[in-house]
Amino acid sequence: MGKRFVAIWLRYLQTDWLVRRHHHLKGVPLVVKAQDHGRMVIIAANALAREQGIDSGMVLADARAVVPNLASVDDEPGLIERLLTNLANWCIYFTPTVAIDPTGGLMMDVSGCAHLWGGEEAYLKEIRARFTQLGYDVQVAMADTIGTAWAFSRYGKGDTIIDKAAQATAIQYLPAASLRLENEVVEKLQKLGLYQVKDFIHMPRTALRRRFGTNILQRLDQTLGNIDEPIVAVNPPAEYAERLPCIDLISTATGIRIALEKLLNRLCNQLQKQQKGLREVIFKCYRTDYQVQEKRVETIRPGNNPSHLFKLFEEMISSIAPGPGIELFILEAVKVESVVVANTNMWAGSCTLQSQALSELIDRLATRVGSSSVKIYKPSEEYLPERSFKPAALQDDEPAENWRCNRPRPMLLLHQPEPVDVMAPVPDYPPMLFQYRKKRHKIVKADGPERIEQQWWLQRGEHRDYYYVEDEEGCRYWLFRSGHYALDKKHQWFLHGFFV
Amino acid sequence: MENSKAHIIAQLQREILPLQGFKSPGSKAACVDLGVINDVFPDNRFPTGVIHEFISTDREGVSSSAGFIAGILGMLMKDGGVVLWISSAPLLFPPTLSYFGIHPSKVIVVNVPKEKDLLWATEEALKCEGLAAVLVEMRELDFTASRRLQLIVERSGVTGFILRQNPRKLGTTAAVTRWKITSLSSIVVEAGMPGVGFPCWKVELQKVRNGKPGCWELQWQGKKFEVIEQHEEIVVNDQKRKVG
Repeated sequence: MGKRFVAIWLRYLQTDWLVRRHHHLKGVPLVVKAQDHGRMVIIAANALAREQGIDSGMVLADARAVVPNLASVDDEPGLIERLLTNLANWCIYFTPTVAIDPTGGLMMDVSGCAHLWGGEEAYLKEIRARFTQLGYDVQVAMADTIGTAWAFSRYGKGDTIIDKAAQATAIQYLPAASLRLENEVVEKLQKLGLYQVKDFIHMPRTALRRRFGTNILQRLDQTLGNIDEPIVAVNPPAEYAERLPCIDLISTATGIRIALEKLLNRLCNQLQKQQKGLREVIFKCYRTDYQVQEKRVETIRPGNNPSHLFKLFEEMISSIAPGPGIELFILEAVKVESVVVANTNMWAGSCTLQSQALSELIDRLATRVGSSSVKIYKPSEEYLPERSFKPAALQDDEPAENWRCNRPRPMLLLHQPEPVDVMAPVPDYPPMLFQYRKKRHKIVKADGPERIEQQWWLQRGEHRDYYYVEDEEGCRYWLFRSGHYALDKKHQWFLHGFFV
Repeated sequence: MENSKAHIIAQLQREILPLQGFKSPGSKAACVDLGVINDVFPDNRFPTGVIHEFISTDREGVSSSAGFIAGILGMLMKDGGVVLWISSAPLLFPPTLSYFGIHPSKVIVVNVPKEKDLLWATEEALKCEGLAAVLVEMRELDFTASRRLQLIVERSGVTGFILRQNPRKLGTTAAVTRWKITSLSSIVVEAGMPGVGFPCWKVELQKVRNGKPGCWELQWQGKKFEVIEQHEEIVVNDQKRKVG
């Protein structure tokens, strides 16, 4: 199937946008001005101003002399790109591939899209209607190549649809500038009396290249479809994505739920056939007020089970604000990995970290309480007890083996050691008494000290002397003294853990 | 005649037990051997696939209960398997688990800050067949919630340990057992020697469905629980009580 492109030219983009924002500017001649070599120069004018002979490039003072009630607004740098990007994102309603034309227009790859709106004419009509509703004056053209569509959007009369057969003949009567040539080349062509494309299209290629450069040949070929022209989409469509346009607006949770189920089934079906699985997926809801609601879900292992993915999204459905209504749902796979189908046990045995049931459980927990809250630990090569373990990736297949367990270590470790009041004989005997949370503990048995040094390459501070102590009730604690004993300074004791 | 009557009663007892949530383990199930404590349970074995409730009043109690549970978990995980440790503020120091024969990398720690999510997370975890066990640090547990959890484990066969620190209300729950573990002074091999001995606990089984509650003094010795024959500290404590 051949490609089809639609070019949209927003003739009065800046002024239309200003009128859309400030209603009092409606119905008055309006220009956008910018400083240029110490003069105020008009860079854009609306239809009313143009009717009275004002065009871009005029000096503002001259224009004021012609039209006394001329309204002028300062130019905002970067505005055109911003507006076009927003419009391009919104145009995803019509097609997934939309590119920006920096001269003030949009280019869309609409291959295989028009029939969804009941034919090309209806499609263009819909585009025009939507843009008019927004307040933009557009000229739209559809053709087989980007070049032809662009030419007719600028130089055609009204909205045009160019058939494949008619393409070569249709462009003949357009001006030379419609080929997107540089200004110098166009001027040179005009000097030679070559005003329309038909005047030079049949000339020998070598003669054209010699006189006007290679660019003219490339543009001609692109316009006629002899060579391909790449299109750089604003948001390139994901490799695995499903879309669901809705005829009636969706604004209920049930509606969203049905849409999500449908999309997940379709996407997973596609992935299952290719033995792929999702790691990260985005569910986007496009509302009629041009806002997009996004929900994102991650899994720890590639999966393509629609019911599991639905469960992950289920909690979020209530947080989607439908606003005036949702017209389009898109499900995009952000991260896709291939699935290794492992041999499954015939009877359910005990779980390993790799088993599907467990990874689905972890996904559900991580989605609800946050992925940073579900952890397994691996040993870390550090001396301080609070740093001797660190979270490991849940996907790790090889569990770490080298846990150190040759010294007594507590069952519970406080994240931050808590200061305690201690009575201890000097210089380094274990303490006799300590007070923790207003309760006095008399120490009966003790073990230690075990000195743990600070890691000087990471942080400064005193070393710690740890004691494993047992009070008269049989409770066992881990205490440490920070630093050496010295007569002239105070040394702080801390409680760091509880033994079993 | 007498014999056959006893036989019939025993058989009926065996038939009733599965209806009450005590499932007989398959050949694959790991055996938890608690020594003398085994005898008080129905069928003379530690019940798996049920909810166990542990009560503690302070952090020291949580620590000793966690140690006792870790000992049981080590036996449950002998043939592999994964344990979930759910808490609203986990203080667990993973390297210590290896002391009880648990591979620390087989323990998934889930930090659930909200009370509401805690019960949800517990239910989801208990539903996951094939987990060796689920340990939850949860303060309050009412009868309805405990009934829900018990019904879930009866279906999935996962053993659930609920560790309650300082609960406000100690009402009836549907858990099969209720334990209270407090630490005891450790025994030093030779009197007068310095150092701290093996961890010792006073294990109170306050409630057990179809069994006999009891109280024991246990010691974790290397790889298994040992009953302490005689404990000099206890005598001292008794005297204190009489005086006070």
